[in-house]
Amino acid sequence: MSGLAILIPVALLMGLGGLGFFFWAMRNNQFEDLDGAAQRVLIDEEESVTDDP
Amino acid sequence: MNASVVLDNLDADAACADSRFAVPTMRCAGCISKIERGLVDMPGVIAARVNFSTKQVAVTHTPELTEDKLKAAIGSLGFDAQILAENPLSEDRGDTKRLLRALAVAGFGMMNIMLLSVSVWSGAMGVTKDLFHWLSALIAIPVIAYSGRPFFASAAMALRYMRTNMDVPISVGIILATGLSLFETANSGPHAYFDGVVMLIFFLLAGRVLDGMMRDRAREGISALLKQTASGAMIVQSDGTSRWTKAGEIEVGMVMQVAAGENLAADGIIIEGRSGFDFSLLTGESEPQLRGEGDEVLAGTMNLSTPVQVRVTAAGQDTSISDIARLMDEAGQHRSFHVRVADRAARYYAPAVHCLALLAFVGWILAGAGWHQALLIAVAVLIITCPCALGLAVPAAQVVASGALMRKGVLIKDGSALERLAEADRVVFDKTGTLTMGQAVPDNLDSLSAEQKSVVLALAQSSRHPLSKALTKALRLQNITPVKITAMSEIPGEGISGDWSGQPVSLSRAEQVSETLTTQLTMGDATQIITLTDGLRPNAHSAIVMLDQLGLPASILSGDNVQAVATISQKLGILAQANARPEDKVAAIDRLRAQGHKVLMVGDGMNDGPALAAAYVSIAPGSASDVGQQAADAVFTSDSLTPVALAVKVARRTMQIVRQNFGLAIGYNILAVPLALAGLVTPLIAAIAMSTSSLIVVGNALRLYRAAK
Repeated sequence: MSGLAILIPVALLMGLGGLGFFFWAMRNNQFEDLDGAAQRVLIDEEESVTDDP
Repeated sequence: MNASVVLDNLDADAACADSRFAVPTMRCAGCISKIERGLVDMPGVIAARVNFSTKQVAVTHTPELTEDKLKAAIGSLGFDAQILAENPLSEDRGDTKRLLRALAVAGFGMMNIMLLSVSVWSGAMGVTKDLFHWLSALIAIPVIAYSGRPFFASAAMALRYMRTNMDVPISVGIILATGLSLFETANSGPHAYFDGVVMLIFFLLAGRVLDGMMRDRAREGISALLKQTASGAMIVQSDGTSRWTKAGEIEVGMVMQVAAGENLAADGIIIEGRSGFDFSLLTGESEPQLRGEGDEVLAGTMNLSTPVQVRVTAAGQDTSISDIARLMDEAGQHRSFHVRVADRAARYYAPAVHCLALLAFVGWILAGAGWHQALLIAVAVLIITCPCALGLAVPAAQVVASGALMRKGVLIKDGSALERLAEADRVVFDKTGTLTMGQAVPDNLDSLSAEQKSVVLALAQSSRHPLSKALTKALRLQNITPVKITAMSEIPGEGISGDWSGQPVSLSRAEQVSETLTTQLTMGDATQIITLTDGLRPNAHSAIVMLDQLGLPASILSGDNVQAVATISQKLGILAQANARPEDKVAAIDRLRAQGHKVLMVGDGMNDGPALAAAYVSIAPGSASDVGQQAADAVFTSDSLTPVALAVKVARRTMQIVRQNFGLAIGYNILAVPLALAGLVTPLIAAIAMSTSSLIVVGNALRLYRAAK
C-alpha cells in the first residue's frame, strides 16, 4: 500500500505534465505549420559561405 | 534558426503593421527561404514568416510600407501573391482548438482512470478498491465537467427548441452513469463506471475533432484561393493629391482614381477617361465592355486598359455587389433545414435507447430486483447503447473521404456538404469560367512566323485586356522572346500599337466581324487575324457523361448572350438557358426544387453567388470569384471538370460506408444489449465492447482512403 501512495501521485503528475505540455504547445502555435517544419530542415543557414573564401 | 529573421534594428516602440499574403505557388524549402530572406532584405520589413501548410506569408512591417508594395516585392521574387484581408471563413477556427483541448483532457482522464480500473478488474478488494474508486471519481468529475461541455451545451440547445439530437442521449447517459457511479463509490459498491463514461467522451470527442479538422483544412485551402482585391481605392483629394481609402470609408460623391488592372471598390460614373471593363465575374458576359465619360461602372468589375476617374454613386452596402450578397443571404436560408445524417439517426435511436433502459428498469423491478439493482442495470444498458461507434461512424468516414478528395484537388467545406452531394439528382452549370476556362485560348498561333510571334508577345504583354493576357500566356509557354517596341500606346476598345525598328505594328480589334473572339496583328502593311476561343475545360464532355451515368442530368444556366451559350450547349449536347440575371438563376433553381429535384449548382462568378447558395449543394472552380467560392460547398482547383463527377462519386461511396458503419454499430448493440438487459455487463465488458466497436468503425472508414482513384 505504501508504494501506491507514491506511485499514484507520480503517475497523475506525469499525466498532468504531459497535458500541460500539450496545452503549451497548442497555445504557442506549434501545430500551425506541420508541413513547413518538415521543409525547413532542408534550408541551409548560410547560403553564401562559398562566395567569400 | 531559420525562423523569422530579424534584420532591421528598428525602434521597438515603433508601431508595426501585419499583413498576410497567400502564395499558392510555393512548393519546397527553397521557396520558403527565398521568400523569407527576400522580404527581410527589403527596407521597412521587420519580420517575415512563411506558413507552408496554408501557403501563406505573414509580414510584420512599418506602417509606411503598403500591402501593394509588399505584394509587388513577393512578385519580384518570382511568386504570385494575393493580399489576404481578415479571413472571412476563419471565424470558427477556435472551435476545433477548444474540442482538441477537451479531447486532451479526456485522454488524460481516460488513461489514469483505466490504470486504476485495471487493478479493480483484476481483483482489488475492500479498502484498495474503494480508494481506487474514489481516486477515479476525483479524476473523472472535473474531466467530465470540462470535456463533456460540448455535448451538454448542444443537448441543452436542442432541448430548448424541443428537438432531439445525438447529444441528448449522450448527455443523459453521461450524467446518469456518473451519478450512479458516485453513489456506488460512496456505498462501496462493486462497480463504478467512471472509466466507461470518460472513454465514451474521449471517443465521441475524437469524432468531433476529426470533423472540425476537416472543416478547417478545407477552409484554409479555400481562403488561400480567395483574391480579396479591391479592398479600397485611391481617392482624389480636393488639393489634387490622392490617398488610399478603405472600401468601408468610401462615400458617395468622392472621386476614385482607378488604375488599369484594378478592381472597382464602389459603383460610380466615369468623369474622366475611357477604358474597357471586365464584367465577367458580375454578369457572366465574356466580352469586355467599353465605357467612357458619363457611363456607369459597377463595383467588382475590373478596369482593363487605361486609368479612369470615377465619381462614386453608391458605396458599401448600396453597391450592386451588396445587392447580390443580400440575394445570397435570402437564398441560403433554407440550407439550415438540412438535417445531418447523424442527427437523423439520433431521432430514432435516442427514444429507442431511452425506452429500452426504462423497460429494463421497470422489468427488473417487476421481476423482484431492488430499485438499486434495477437502476444499475438500466445504466449499464445506457452505457452500452451510448452511440460511441455511432458518433464516430459519420465523421471518420467523411474525414477520410474529404482527405482523399483533397489529394485530387477538391476541397469539401464540411461533412454536411458530402451528405448533400451524395443526394443530388440534377446538375446545373454556369458557362463562363465553369464549363469554359473563363479565358480565351488562341487557335491559330501556328500560322504565325517566329518573328510575328515575338511582336505579338511584345505588344500583348504590356496590355491587361483579357485577349492580350491569353496571347501572352500561350506565347510564353512556347518560350518566345519578345522584341523591343517603342512608342507603345493603348486605346481602349481599339487596341495597342507601337513602333518596331521603324515600322508601325499594332494588335487591334479585327475589321471584319466574326463569330469568335478575334484580334488583328498589323505589321507595316501586312495583317494577320488571330482567332481565340474561350475553350471548354478539359474533360468537360466526359465529366458530363459521367454525371449523367450517375443519375445527374446536366443543363446550363448562363448570364452570357444566347449565341455564346448555344455554341457551348451544342458542343456538349445539353439544354441551356441564356441571359439569366442572378435573380433568374435563383428562380430557375427554385423551380427545379419545387419539382422535387436536389440541384447541384456548379458556378464561379459573383452573379452565380445567389444560385450557389440557393442550390441544394454547390461546387465552384478554384478560379472563381471570392463570392462564388464562399457560397459554394466545395471548390475544385484543377482545370479539368472531372473532379465534379469524382466528388459526387466519392460522396456516394462515403454515404455507403456511413450506412455500413451504422449497421456495424447497431449490430454490436444487438449483441451487447441482451447482455446488458440480463444484468451481465460489468465495466470491463463495457470498456472492451466500446473500444472494439469504435476501432471497427474507424477501420471500415479507412477503406475510403483510395475512394477518389
